[in-house]
Amino acid sequence: MGLPQAKLTATEARLASLAMPVQAGWTRPLREAALTRVQDLGLPGRRDEYWRFTRPDELISAAPVPAAVLPPAENATFEDIDRLRLVFVDGVFDPEASDDPALAGLEITRLAEAEAQDIPWAADLYGVLESRGQSPVPRPLAALNTAFATDGVLIRATGKVEKPVNLVYRHCDETSDAILHHLIRVEPGADLTVLETGPAAARFNKVMEVDVADGGAFHHVRSQGRDHDRRAATHIFARLGEESIFKSFTLTMNGAMTRNEVVIELTGDEGVAHVAGACMGDGSFHHDDTVFITHDAVNCESRQVFKKVLRKGATGVFQGKILVKEGAQKTDGYQISQSLLLDEEANFLAKPELEIYADDVACSHGSTSGAIDEDALFYLRSRGVPKAEAQDMMVLSFLAEAIEEIESQAVRDEVVASLAAWLERHRR
Amino acid sequence: MAALDKADMKNVKEGVDQETVEAVQSMAGKYKYGWDTEIEMDYAPMGLTEEIVRLISAKNDEPEWMTEWRLQAFRRWQQMEEPDWAMVDYPEIDFQAQYYYARPKSMAEKPKSLDEVDPKLLETYQKLGIPLKEQMILAGVEGAEAAPAEGRKVAVDAVFDSVSVGTTFQKELQAAGVIFCSISEAIRNHPDLVKKYLGSVVPQSDNFYATLNSAVFSDGSFVYVPPGVRCPMELSTYFRINAENTGQFERTLIIADKEAYVSYLEGCTAPQRDTAQLHAAVVEIVILDDAEVKYSTVQNWFPGDEDGKGGIYNFVTKRADCRGPRSKVMWTQVETGSAVTWKYPSCILRGDDSQGEFYSIAITNNWQQADTGTKMVHLGKNTRSRIVSKGISAGHAQNTYRGLVSMHPKAKNSRNYTQCDSLLIGDKCGAHTVPYIEVRNSSSRVEHEATTSKVDEDQLFYCRSRGMDEEEAVALVINGFCKDVLQALPMEFAMEAQQLVAISLEGSVG
Repeated sequence: MGLPQAKLTATEARLASLAMPVQAGWTRPLREAALTRVQDLGLPGRRDEYWRFTRPDELISAAPVPAAVLPPAENATFEDIDRLRLVFVDGVFDPEASDDPALAGLEITRLAEAEAQDIPWAADLYGVLESRGQSPVPRPLAALNTAFATDGVLIRATGKVEKPVNLVYRHCDETSDAILHHLIRVEPGADLTVLETGPAAARFNKVMEVDVADGGAFHHVRSQGRDHDRRAATHIFARLGEESIFKSFTLTMNGAMTRNEVVIELTGDEGVAHVAGACMGDGSFHHDDTVFITHDAVNCESRQVFKKVLRKGATGVFQGKILVKEGAQKTDGYQISQSLLLDEEANFLAKPELEIYADDVACSHGSTSGAIDEDALFYLRSRGVPKAEAQDMMVLSFLAEAIEEIESQAVRDEVVASLAAWLERHRR
Repeated sequence: MAALDKADMKNVKEGVDQETVEAVQSMAGKYKYGWDTEIEMDYAPMGLTEEIVRLISAKNDEPEWMTEWRLQAFRRWQQMEEPDWAMVDYPEIDFQAQYYYARPKSMAEKPKSLDEVDPKLLETYQKLGIPLKEQMILAGVEGAEAAPAEGRKVAVDAVFDSVSVGTTFQKELQAAGVIFCSISEAIRNHPDLVKKYLGSVVPQSDNFYATLNSAVFSDGSFVYVPPGVRCPMELSTYFRINAENTGQFERTLIIADKEAYVSYLEGCTAPQRDTAQLHAAVVEIVILDDAEVKYSTVQNWFPGDEDGKGGIYNFVTKRADCRGPRSKVMWTQVETGSAVTWKYPSCILRGDDSQGEFYSIAITNNWQQADTGTKMVHLGKNTRSRIVSKGISAGHAQNTYRGLVSMHPKAKNSRNYTQCDSLLIGDKCGAHTVPYIEVRNSSSRVEHEATTSKVDEDQLFYCRSRGMDEEEAVALVINGFCKDVLQALPMEFAMEAQQLVAISLEGSVG
C-alpha cells in the first residue's frame, strides 16, 4: 500500500504550496473529497503509463516556470464574432473587463460567489464528473483542481443561447499559477456555444465539467494562445444524455507545454460526441491530446480527429481511446490522428486504443505520420507558387479535416485566418 | 421487397445467435489433443530454488559457465515482479507449486538412436499428427529416412515436457552444414556458438518470464545455418506438455549467418487438465547480413474447458534481431490455444535496409484471454516493417492486440504499415487494440489502421443466398478475414491452420 516515495514527496510538496479557499461553502466537502483523491492517487510521475509520452514535472512542481507576458494583441482571436466575454486575468475573474452576463436562456454565476448560494444543479456536478473520470485511468491533476480551484464560472443554458459565451484568459503576471474550474449545464433541448481564448497564466490548470441533458447541444471552440511560453493541463469531463450533441475543437499554436484531456461518457442513446484538434508546433513545443470516450448507450456516434504539424524539435502526442461497454450496440466510433513532420527533429508519439465489449459495432482508428508530399509541393511550385506559400497551403489542407469539425462558418474562418497568419510569421 | 429482405436478415442474425449458444455448449471436451500419455516420469522436487536450477543444469550435463548463467538469471528473477499491464486476468501463480523439470523415465539414459525411444512417446507424436512422414521417422520406422519424401521435407525436433526426444533428418542437415539439435546438445557440442548468441537478443534481465526461463529452461531447439546456405528443408519443433503441474520452459536459439535462409515451424499441444499449467518460453533469432528467417507458429495449447477451467498459461518472449544489413525476418502465428496468452514476437531492425514482418491470427473462444502483438523497433536506415493482425473473439473471451512501432532518429526513410482487424462473435466477448506509435524522424512514414466489427451480415446473406448453409457461410467469411495471414504460412502449416481456425470456432459461429 501507499505511494512510491518519489511520488509521495512530489505530491506533498505541491499540496504544501496550495490552500483551499476559506469561504468554500457547499463545495467544501466536495473539495475535501477531491483532496483525498489526490492524496490516494499521487500526482503524475514520469513512470506512470498514462504519462509515458509527456513529462509531468513542470505541471506538478510547487512553483510554475515563469512565462514572459506578450502584448494582448498577440492572442486576440474571435474579434469579429458577436459574443459575450467573460474575462479572467491570471486566473481571476475581472468583472470590469467582462460583458454584462445577462442574456436570454442563460444563467451565469461566478464560482467564488456561487459557493455562498444554494445552486442544486451545481452541487450535483462539482467534482462529480471529474471523480467519475478517475476510473479506469487516474487523472490526479483534475482532482487537484477540484480541491483547490480559486475561480471559475457556472453556466446554465436553458434554451437556445443567441451568442457564444467567450471565456477570455489574459496573462499579465510572469509567474501566475491559475486553477480554474467551470461548470456547464445544458438543459434539455438547450443549445450553447462556448469559446475559450488566450494563454491564461504562466501555468494553467483548468477543469470544465459539462453536463448535456437529453436533446441538448454543446459546442466548444478554443484557441490556446499563440507563441506563449505557458504550461497548461486542461481537462474537459462531459456527460451526454439521450440524443444530445457535444462538439469540441481546439487550436494550439505553440506554447511550451500542453496536456489537453477530454473525457466523455455517452450515457443516453443516440448521443453524438466529436472531439477535434489542430496544432502547430515550432521549436521546443510539447503538445499532448489525451481523449477517453466511453460508449455506454445504444446507437451513439463518436469522432476523434487530431492533426499536428511539427518542426524544429516539436513533439506531438496523441492518446485516444474508445471504450465500448457491454450492451452499447450499434456504436459508431472513429478516430484519426495524423501528424506532418516538417523536419528531422520533430517527434510524433501516439497510442490510439480501442476497447470493445459489444459485437454489433463499427469502430476504427487510423494513425499516420510522415513528411510533406514532395510531389504535391513540386506540382504547386511548377504552377508558380513560391515554396514557402506552397508549404503553407499544404499545411492548411492537412489541418482541414480537423477544422471542418467546427460547425460555425464564422468561427471556422477565424481559425483558418489565425492559422494562416501564424504560418506566415513562422516562415523560415 | 425491401421489407422481405430485412426480415430474412433478421432470421440470419438470430440463426447465428442460436447456433452460437448451441455451439459454445457443444465445445465441451472438444480439444482434440486433450489426452495424456501414461509414461513414468522423473520429476525434480516441486518448487524453485538454487538447488533446482543446479539440478536442471546437472541433468543436462552442462558445463560450469552455463550453470552460472542460469544462477545469475535466477538471482535476478527473485528481485523481479510479475508484470500486470496486460489485459489478462488470472489467479495468482504460485511459482513454488510447480515442477520445473520432468522427463520420461525411459529418457534417463539418452537414447542412442530413435529406435530406443519409448514407443509410447512416439505414439504420442503420432496422435499429435506431426506433419507428413516424420511421424514415421519419429516412430523409428526402419529405413524411413531413405524413403522418398512426399512433397517437401520437414525436419522435426520434438520436445516432451522438459526434454528433447529426437531430431529427425540429422544427416541430411549435416551434409548442408546446418546444425539442428536440442539446445542441451548444442550447449555440450557447440559451446562457442551458444556462448556468443545465447541471451544476446533476449537478455537474462529482459522481463519476468524471460528471466525465469533463463534460469530453468530445460530444453528447446538450436539452429545454426552457416553463411550462404539455404536450409534444404523446413525445420520444425513440436512441443508437448504432458505431466501434470509441470511448467514447460523451452528455449530456442536460431542463428542465420550471412546470406543464409531457414524456415522454422513450431507447434504446441498439451493434455486436458483441471489445473492451469505454466509455459514460459524464449525464442531468440539472430539474423546476419542478407540472411532471412521465417518463423511460423501454430499454438494450440489446451485452452481450458468451456467453463474456463484449466488450460495453459502461455507467457512467451520471442524476438528477432536483424543485425546485418538487408536481413529479413517474418513471424507468422496462429494462436488458437492457451487459457492465457502473453506473447509479443518482436523485430529489432538494426541493420540498414532490414525488414520485419508479423502476421498473426489470434482466436479466443469460451473464457480464453489473449494479449498478443508485436514490436517493430526501427534502428537502421531504410528499414521496413509490416504488421497484419487478425483477432477473433467469441464466447466470453478477451482478445487484445498490443504493439509498438518505434522509429528512432537514425532510422531515416523507414516505413511501417500496420493493420489490425478484430471480429466479434457474440455480445459477451471483448476485442481490444493497444498500439504504441513513436516516430522520431520525419523521413519515415508510419501508417496504422484498425477496425472492429462483427461478421458482416451482408456477406453472410450473400453466401446463404447462393445456397450455403450457415456454418459454411461463416467459415468462408472468417477464412476470408484471415486470408492475409494464412497466405503467409508455409504450405504444410497453411492447411493445418485453416482447419484449426474452423475447429477453434466450431459451433461458436454456426
